[in-house]
Amino acid sequence: MLDIVRKDSFRNGVHPPEHKGETSHLAIRRFAFAPELLVPLTQHLGAPAIPIVREGQEVVRGQTIAEPDGFVSVAMHSPASGVVKRIALAPSISGAMVPSVYLRPYPASSQEVNDGEHCDVATASPDDIIKAIQRAGIVGLGGAAFPTHVKLKAPEGKHLDTLIINGVECEPYLTTDHRVMLEQTADIFLGVRYLLRATGAREVIIAVEANKQDAARKLQQDCPEDLPISVRVCPVKYPQGAEKLVIKSLLGREIPSGGLPADVHAICVNVATTAEIGRLLPRGRGIQERVITIGGPGIQRKGNYRIPIGTTVRFALQETGAASNISRVFLGGPMMGPAVSNLDIPITKGTSGITAFTTAETGEATGHKKVYPCIHCARCVESCPLFLNPTQLGLLAKNEEYDQMAEEFNLMDCFECGACSYVCPSHIPLVQYFRLAKKMLRKLSAPA
Amino acid sequence: MSELKKYLEIGSSPHITSGDSVEVIMRNVVFALIPVCAFAVYTFGAAAALVLVTAIISCIFTEQILCKVTGQPSTIGDWSVGVTGLLYGLTLPPDLPLWMVAIGGVFAVAVGKFLFGGLGSNAFNPALVGRAFLQAAFPQAMTHWAAPLGDSRFFELPSSTLALPFAQPAYDAVTEATPLALMKFDGIQAVDRDLLLGLTSGSAGETCAILILLGGAYLVARNMMNWRIPISIFATVAVITWAFNSYDPASFARPTFMLFSGGLMLGAVFMATDMVASPITNAGCWLYGFLIGGLVVVIRFWGGMTEGVMYAILLANAVSPHIDRLIKPTVFGTGKGAG
Repeated sequence: MLDIVRKDSFRNGVHPPEHKGETSHLAIRRFAFAPELLVPLTQHLGAPAIPIVREGQEVVRGQTIAEPDGFVSVAMHSPASGVVKRIALAPSISGAMVPSVYLRPYPASSQEVNDGEHCDVATASPDDIIKAIQRAGIVGLGGAAFPTHVKLKAPEGKHLDTLIINGVECEPYLTTDHRVMLEQTADIFLGVRYLLRATGAREVIIAVEANKQDAARKLQQDCPEDLPISVRVCPVKYPQGAEKLVIKSLLGREIPSGGLPADVHAICVNVATTAEIGRLLPRGRGIQERVITIGGPGIQRKGNYRIPIGTTVRFALQETGAASNISRVFLGGPMMGPAVSNLDIPITKGTSGITAFTTAETGEATGHKKVYPCIHCARCVESCPLFLNPTQLGLLAKNEEYDQMAEEFNLMDCFECGACSYVCPSHIPLVQYFRLAKKMLRKLSAPA
Repeated sequence: MSELKKYLEIGSSPHITSGDSVEVIMRNVVFALIPVCAFAVYTFGAAAALVLVTAIISCIFTEQILCKVTGQPSTIGDWSVGVTGLLYGLTLPPDLPLWMVAIGGVFAVAVGKFLFGGLGSNAFNPALVGRAFLQAAFPQAMTHWAAPLGDSRFFELPSSTLALPFAQPAYDAVTEATPLALMKFDGIQAVDRDLLLGLTSGSAGETCAILILLGGAYLVARNMMNWRIPISIFATVAVITWAFNSYDPASFARPTFMLFSGGLMLGAVFMATDMVASPITNAGCWLYGFLIGGLVVVIRFWGGMTEGVMYAILLANAVSPHIDRLIKPTVFGTGKGAG
């Protein structure tokens, strides 16, 4: 059943310093309620949820405060018992102002969580489960924030045979999935039952990287005998956590360019998402908090925290004792995490961590590296897990040849893992070029 | 609320880099060449030292002046021009008049590198461009070889070294034909031991195969060189030579002689692997090395010149962009394995 250290992996990729030992031994702790919480109505990809509370209304923790708008949308739940102060625009990580619910928690409240409509795995139909997952507001907690229930519905004519529970967590500094696997095995296995029932998959593989052997052992020990689960330990390599690559590593199947996991009869769900399904669905609750890693050299009390959705980055940094010389803060890990330009943005369902760097990491000596011309060293070509040609793409981006980038060099396949920029000895901001190019292409192709 | 720093810097992810930057790579190429340089000075004495120093100074000086004149920030800090100067010096005959060395250095950087657009844009290896220029301009001086391990090599300079510019240099030192010339014109093959240890005449840095391979191994270990290029060149030369040598040992040299004589080692390990002028894919590098190896054998066996490594590499440099256009990696999810 256990298949510790398989040689199978994807090709290329990089090995950034992991820094996981700083927080991987720290058990998940509850985070304090901030005096004010900001719950954006767009924490997921898809249509924003429609608020069903009004300003001044009292809400109970776990109560649904916004309903999904259509199929590709999920519900929102109140992260605390308190009063809705207002529904207005609030800053977000992208820089855009997004409609949000401002909530003031009652300091004296017991913060008891409201139960909702139960969903029993033994009796629920696949459609019941899919609806319950949407009702629970569950999205991919690995960072993509794609509504999970949408993934579970296989496209017409496609059958799913393998369910992959993704516990790879390849980003440096992040240890949330690691802790969830150690502390919430029962939730994970219950979540797997729901997912198996919803998708009809026959086989389950839990993917873990070799730097989390204790989690792999724990999962193997606790695994119920009636579940068709195997735990696989992959060699550590970034970006193995990406859906395409974890499927390639485990099954050897290659998702076609522009395709979905369903095209190779697989479905991939993040392990923390699975645990939330198992934790919330039996009692009909919704996501009103999530586990994040707060770490990096700029944080004094590093750790893994179960933090209410809507807590601002500023409050999180103050509570964990951010150093006075922090210079760069980003959500998630250093490879893909977007930099925070405004500390008053809230933590959302898709936030897997907060990492803070100090001037020591970003200062003259290491951070602001001189950009040289491309010397064709081909390190980016050797690092790209999708076999794109970053050096050529970089040159084309510089000349604003966006169409050629997409048509001849598969720009749209790039999922911005950052491996090319990480290895570039000329410090060319390749991923930044690619993001810009994609944005320009979308802009150009959008109807006027 | 105000204890947190007010201003944060933002930037596109990734927020970390691997640490190897251009100047680190270039510096390591210099480190890898230090034993080769030391051996050049040991075998050819003070003249070789002066050739190397002149080559480096002329290259760096040219780049600095060109940057000044064109109003660009100085680029000598990236160490690439230092590498060019060093490699260029190592390809020269050790008793070459210094004024010729200086002219070639200016040409290498001004035409071979700067005219093409500087670092990263040079279509050809600049060091070899400089050498090719000298070969065309001063064919006699460029094929005049001092004997190795001369008795007074550390104390006396050959009269040619300090020859006045544009005057015909007078040669007085003991000269010796290179192993390749001996092979071509007299049918004599040097023994492998002398070739490996570098106890033959030749360009300043091309004689000692062992030290060159050692420097290459260092760069490969640090992921600063694509080993496929030299290996592909060696394999091609060895296989073709072996075929002809077994057919007619009298007119065709044996494979080990071909590998270790002349500039093949220095060229394959340090010149052909110039990142800028070589292909980016591994498959492309195999093809590129195959091309260089084939050209070297053709020029050496049937060409008018005794040595062909320089022209083989320059020609392959010209083909390299086309190889990149021909051989592209198959993007994930578009090949046969997809779906």
